[in-house]
This record gives sequence, structure tokens and C-alpha cells, in this order.
Amino acid sequence: MTPLLDVRSLTKTYGGRIGCADVSFTLWPGEVLGIVGESGSGKSTLLGCLAGQLSPDTGEVIFDTRAEGPRDVLSMSEAERRMLGRTDWAFVHQNPRDGLRMRVSAGGNVGERLMAVGARHYGDIRADALDWLGRVEIHESRIDDRPAAFSGGMQQRLQIARNLVTGPRLVFMDEPTGGLDVSVQARLLDLIRGLVRRMGLSAIVVTHDLAVVRLLADRLMVMKDGHVIETGLTDQVLDDPQAAYTQLLVSSVLQV
Amino acid sequence: MIHVENLGKFFTLHNQGGVSIPVLAGAGFSVAPGECVALTGESGAGKSTVMRILYGNYLAAPGSSVRIGGLDLTTAAPREILALRRETLGYVSQFLRVVPRVPTIDVVAEPLMALGRPEEEARARARGLLERLRIPQALWQLSPTTFSGGEQQRVNIARGFAHAYPVLLLDEPTASLDAINRETVLSLIEEAREGGAAIVGIFHDVAARQRVADREIDVSRFAPEAAA
Repeated sequence: MTPLLDVRSLTKTYGGRIGCADVSFTLWPGEVLGIVGESGSGKSTLLGCLAGQLSPDTGEVIFDTRAEGPRDVLSMSEAERRMLGRTDWAFVHQNPRDGLRMRVSAGGNVGERLMAVGARHYGDIRADALDWLGRVEIHESRIDDRPAAFSGGMQQRLQIARNLVTGPRLVFMDEPTGGLDVSVQARLLDLIRGLVRRMGLSAIVVTHDLAVVRLLADRLMVMKDGHVIETGLTDQVLDDPQAAYTQLLVSSVLQV
Repeated sequence: MIHVENLGKFFTLHNQGGVSIPVLAGAGFSVAPGECVALTGESGAGKSTVMRILYGNYLAAPGSSVRIGGLDLTTAAPREILALRRETLGYVSQFLRVVPRVPTIDVVAEPLMALGRPEEEARARARGLLERLRIPQALWQLSPTTFSGGEQQRVNIARGFAHAYPVLLLDEPTASLDAINRETVLSLIEEAREGGAAIVGIFHDVAARQRVADREIDVSRFAPEAAA
């Protein structure tokens, strides 16, 4: 089996400051990788580099493309990378406003992604959009409403529908449950887990919420000051943390 | 099926003065298919630590060897351990940890679904186990997060027995159960053993231990001072 993503010595600096330094890992098909660390630890920088939104200083990001097999994303042309972003990749932002078009209807938000990969038949697009709204538990009567009229949790579910409608193989998520009520978080986690399982997706989830990664991620990477300081199975890293910082992180969680 | 050699374990508490607590040293034992072994020793002797190491939940000290079904957990890649847990290695912990909102029936069927079994087959098996463990049918569509301690424990057991794992780890499977449910759980363990599973368990319930275990391993002999 070929890894879906093979990241080698990825480094990104901002002037003299380290964004992320010498990060290497492999992600296998169907695997969910969690990246945790406090604010400023470099997790969002890393995600940005992986998803082609930031250009790293050095390193390789080798993605197993459908057509041509493993290729370095960083040496692709901008057009190729954009196509990848529309087909095989999806990016779920923390703030749904960054991932949705707020002035376009819910159905339009989902349909737009389909049209970007060549769908043209209005009836089919609307049917697909309806199907996906159902999967993320948005009632069909809301298909023509704009996301501005939706609650935060609904907007986040709509963003997920918009991202997954084209059947991507790799989903990047940046704090997908951040800023939501706990009850809404639980529902969203359940939804994401079910979709990942059923579609056989691989995902990279950046969060500072250890409860979220425990439920979502198979493997965990802990970052501090731009460096990966610990990796392993999620439950092993959380239950038997080795690095001083991870021990501090785990012991700082408030028990409910 | 389980081969443990030279197993050591210490915890280093970096944020509490870097103190290192040795728990196990030079531990070794094997469990064959169709055998049920009970870990004994007083509280704090390291029974749960051994169980967690066998599940890959705790890391063993360098130089240890923990082989389960041919895979050495101390050198295996995370995805190999994940595959082992899916197919071979089951663990019934003392506490049920689930995603809120997921119905009980799905919680129990999940291990089979993860193996790619058809949904109907997985649910049928889950229904059978929930019935046997006397979880009222009215609760099957509800999330177990609001259930009583005993009910949660039974859901946990149903989930642990949904797939016939060749290796099964049981941490206090009969704790907080009434007599009739305890009897059901002991029968499930006996059936798994007769089916060829290698079982390691912690049973504080002496009668239960004597009934299902073929032999006992006293974990206190793996204490670091005992080995030194």
C-alpha cells in the first residue's frame, strides 16, 4: 500500500521566527491524524503548508494522486494544485465564513463545488446538494436559504457538505468544532466520524481540544514551538505521554 | 498468542521534579490460544499497567518485548497496532468511552462495521448480545452516556464481545454487575475461551476468577525490587 501523504522535513519560517521546523510524517488511506499544541505551536502553519496555502522554505509533500501516483505537491503548477484542491482535497475552516460563500444559497454552496469539477446538469446538481444537506442534517426546506441565516453549527455542517460533495480523499480540518456549543460539537463529531468511516477518508485535524482528537483521531502529533515533540497512537499519547510538554498538556485538562 | 519477555515499565513525571516511578521489571509470561489467565496482585501492583501495555495503550520500557499474534508492539508502527486492535486484539475496559449521541446498538455493532462486515449482520449480532445482557430494547436507540453504571458496563462488554477476537483483555468485566448478569458475562468469557481466544483478565471477584481462569499470574513478582 502507498501512503496517501508523505511529508518530509517540512520547514517554514517567518523572517527569523520558526513557523514549523523539520516536520516529517506519513498518512495512510483511511487514517485520521490529529495535530495538537497550544496557540503559536505551528500547527496551523503546518496545515497551511500541507494544503498548499503557504509555501514552505524546504521539504516535500508527496501526495498519491489518482492519475499519476505519488507527486510532490510543492513542485506542481498552481493550476494543478488548484485542481487538487477542488477534487481530491477538502479544507474545513474553523470559521465557516472562510469556507462558505455567504451570499449564495445553501444549495448553491454545495452545487458550486460540483460545477467546479464539471457538473452541468441542474437537476443532478440540485439532487446531489439535497442529498448532502440531508447527510449533514440540514432540512431540505433550507436549501434556498443563505448561510447567513443559519446558526453556527449549521454553517459548519454546510461547510462540511460543500467540502465532501466532490468525494475528496484527504480532508484538512482546522479546529472544526472551535467556537461551537458543546452539544453542537458532539453532534458534529459524530457526523464527521461517520462520514470519515463510510467514505474511507483520510483526514488531518488540527485542534487544541484533546477530547476532540481522542474521539476523532487514530494517531496524534504534538507540536511545540514549531517542532513535533511526540507522536503515537492517540490513546497512547494521551494516556502515557512521554514528553514533558505533553504531560503538562494532558494534566491541564479540566475534568467534567 | 501472547508472548511477553523482559517487560519493564517506568513513569517519568517531568512536571513533578522529573521523578521516575518504576512499576515493572523483567516481566515475562505467555498465554496460549484457548487459555484464560488472571492477573493478580494487590492494588497498585501493576495489573492494569500490564493490561494497558498489552493493548498498546502504554509504552513499554526500552528492551521489552511484547508480542501479540506475531506483532511486537514495542516496534510496531501505529497503523499495525490499529489493524491488530481491529482484527485480533479486543479490550473491555472498566469504563465506556463513546461519542455522545451515538445509539447503543451502533456502539455495540461498531467493531464489526470497522471490519467491513455488512451492516445487517453487525446489527443482528449487536441485538443478540444486548438481549443476552438484558439491556431493555427501549434503550437500544439511545446513547449509553446517560445509562446507569451497570448498564454502561454491560454495553461495554457487548461491544467487546461483538467480534470474536483471538486475543481478549478484560479489566474487571464483572464489577458492578448483579448476579444474573455476572453469570451471563462469565458464560461469554467461557465461550470465547472455548472458541480458542487467548484471554487475560483482572478479576477481583475471586469466585469468578476461579471459575474462568486456567491459571493466575501474580503481578507483584514483576515489581522492580523483586527482580533486583
